[in-house]
Amino acid sequence: MISFSPTEEQQMIVNMVKQFATDEMRKVYRECDENGEIPQKVIETAWGLGLVSSCIPESYGGAGGERSVLTGVLIAEELAWGDLSMAMHVLCPSLFVLPILEMGTEQQKKKYLPLFCGAKFTAATAALVEPKFNFDPNALSTTASKNGDSYVLNGEKCFVPLAAESEAILVYAAEDGQTQGFIVDKGTPGLEIKEREKNMGIKALATYELALKDCRVPRENRLGGDKGCDFNRLLNCSRVALAAMAVGVAKASYEYARDYAKTRVAFGEPIASRQAIAFMLAETAIEIDATRLMVWEAAWMLDKKMEATREASLVKFYADDMVMTATDRGVQILGGHGYVREHPVELWFRNGRGFATFDGMAMV
Amino acid sequence: MIDFELSPEEKTTIEAAHKFAEEFMRPISRYYDEHEHEEPEEFIQKSMGLRSQGGVFGLGVAAALRVEEYCWGDAGLMLAMPGPGLGGAAVFASGTREQIERFLKRYGEDKPCWGAMAMTEPHCGSDTAAINTTAVREDNEWVINGEKIFVTAGKRAMEKSNGLTVVWATVDKTAGRAGMKPFVVEAGTPGVKVEKQEKKLGIRASDTVTLVFDNCRIPFDNILGSPEVRKVDKTDTSGFKKAMATFDATRPIIAAMAIGVARAALDFVKETLEKEGVKIRYGLPRQKLTALERDVMEMESQYKAAKMLMLRAVWMMSQFQPNNLESSMAKVKAGLAATRITQKAVEILGPLGYSRKYLVEKWMRDAKINDIFEGTGQINMLVVARRILDFTREQLK
Ligand SMILES: Cc1cc2nc3c(=O)[nH]c(=O)nc-3n(C[C@H](O)[C@H](O)[C@H](O)COP(=O)(O)OP(=O)(O)OC[C@H]3O[C@@H](n4cnc5c(N)ncnc54)[C@H](O)[C@@H]3O)c2cc1C
Repeated sequence: MISFSPTEEQQMIVNMVKQFATDEMRKVYRECDENGEIPQKVIETAWGLGLVSSCIPESYGGAGGERSVLTGVLIAEELAWGDLSMAMHVLCPSLFVLPILEMGTEQQKKKYLPLFCGAKFTAATAALVEPKFNFDPNALSTTASKNGDSYVLNGEKCFVPLAAESEAILVYAAEDGQTQGFIVDKGTPGLEIKEREKNMGIKALATYELALKDCRVPRENRLGGDKGCDFNRLLNCSRVALAAMAVGVAKASYEYARDYAKTRVAFGEPIASRQAIAFMLAETAIEIDATRLMVWEAAWMLDKKMEATREASLVKFYADDMVMTATDRGVQILGGHGYVREHPVELWFRNGRGFATFDGMAMV
Repeated sequence: MIDFELSPEEKTTIEAAHKFAEEFMRPISRYYDEHEHEEPEEFIQKSMGLRSQGGVFGLGVAAALRVEEYCWGDAGLMLAMPGPGLGGAAVFASGTREQIERFLKRYGEDKPCWGAMAMTEPHCGSDTAAINTTAVREDNEWVINGEKIFVTAGKRAMEKSNGLTVVWATVDKTAGRAGMKPFVVEAGTPGVKVEKQEKKLGIRASDTVTLVFDNCRIPFDNILGSPEVRKVDKTDTSGFKKAMATFDATRPIIAAMAIGVARAALDFVKETLEKEGVKIRYGLPRQKLTALERDVMEMESQYKAAKMLMLRAVWMMSQFQPNNLESSMAKVKAGLAATRITQKAVEILGPLGYSRKYLVEKWMRDAKINDIFEGTGQINMLVVARRILDFTREQLK
């Protein structure tokens, strides 16, 4: 039966996350963007909500909640509405946890999942993007070659969130032309974490370039063991997460511009009383809703374990454009005031531009 | 629970609609596009058989998805299918129980029968409050005078069957919206004449006519809803609003029509490309896609976006949730998306797109109407804008 109502439980989680976004993230996000740091308190509060650990089975020390991509996208949208940098930061461990949870060997689960069930935020991450314009997750330049009982990784990665503080990094590399994941523990020789990156947006999120130089990991660190992983599914879970975040960012910008347009007076009436402004807002509202519903459909398919590459790719594609247009309009509607950093629309504009580039940087 | 799974019954009726579209609409699509005012008699008879499957109209998710299938077949022929149509929707939304029974019973009978709705006049379309058609009470009757244009199925409703038209008229011009009321004029009523049948860009199998009312007398209780209009309260626009609420039910259906036409074009493009060995590589990053792949993905995502908005709007209606905002959202999006998708299809297919040998060029012509009737794209955008801004029509003109 077609339905667009979240379950009561989902609604509760959404409300909780929205509250957190309003009370915590929205209080500090501008400052964070300016100084490139997120207060530890916010990170710990988010961690306390159990957004990462709730789906880890009890046998590994988690809460044993159901793993749901749909619930995940609902959360991701709210968090990103609060602030994209912080959203990516607090969800970053999922980049490591979810692939292990879904596709890891028993040994991998036993070894790693309990690390994320503690009371304190524990960082882990994944390295997918590579520093080249025609980066393709299915044709990576980073390679993994089998050598006796280990794999040797070589290549360069970028846009790796929280790499410096991560306990372990899931590095995606091409093994005989196929993308596979490899767990690289902190401090593994040959893993070089470079300086923190400087980006146009998501400035409060610490991202890094990595170099892998003959970085050797034991054979059992291959995600999923001999079976390997279903990389396509992981990509799809990432696509819907990012698309949901794009919706959150677009909504933040849209709401701000809408409220501003109702109070800003020009030529004797609120600028929102002119169709040129009102229609930009109306169209943005329509596109935000449309994108959200497409995200839901793709997420629903992923929960049903259906092949969703088409839907997930389409919504990511759509969301990348939508968020850019929406945040551009946010700036436009505020005019010159949108261009100065006293208002947040320029921040959302910079963050919004990132989505076409972001790949594998969030996962639900 | 958020769910996108159709029930088995829904699936069955949608599949049946698709089959009907494929077997009985597509083969005659071109013919009735090129023989504009010819009546598709055989087709009409065939569509009578569909009533057991829930008919052409209806307001739930399955009904909307059936409309999508029929319009995938042919939007003009879909509008030629017998049924209460927009007139029926208006009766349903504003009529009393007795009126609904009295006026809609005929649509369950064995003879084909149509319904129409007449609002637009030569001097006003979007600005519905400016209509000049009048209804004056004389004893136990209303006397209607005026001219309505662009009445969909007007000829079939008034001349070719025992149908009806819901006519909008003012009982007090000075009262503006408060004075506007819907009246049911049945086929065969003296004083109503079908004039001019339009020749159109598309949906040619659908008849679009002018109705002239010249001292047309109808029974007093053919006014829909409360007949208490002896004194018009100028601040009471509730009747008007209620009738405008008909649009909340019909706009998602127009969206479904648009989506059906869009999908016809999209399917054709994909089939053609497939035959030529072109595959759309969905998982590929943007930078690596060909321009053609990008175009197709753009079309497909536009289609999806519109469809999701449409489904939400009809779902809300089926849940008895107010959906004024959502149905206008769906209508704007679907109207635009179908227009763009079909235009792009013609472009992509080159000579195959432009040639009348195939149906793509027709779909492009058909699609455009969805951005115009039942409130143009701009008018629906206004509805959305006023809603999201919480502005009155004075605050946002
Ligand atoms: C095939 C067909 C079938 C139809 N069927 C029916 C029917 O069954 N019953 C019926 O009553 N009518 C019907 N119509 C009429 C249709 O609803 C009107 O044509 C439509 O509402 C637009 O009105 P108009 O043509 O007078 O354009 P206008 O109202 O003159 O509009 C012209 C342009 O101005 C724009 N515009 C107008 N006002 C505003 C505003 N405030 N802000 C911004 N832009 C504005 C419009 O969007 C449009 O682009 C049909 C029309 C067609 C072509």
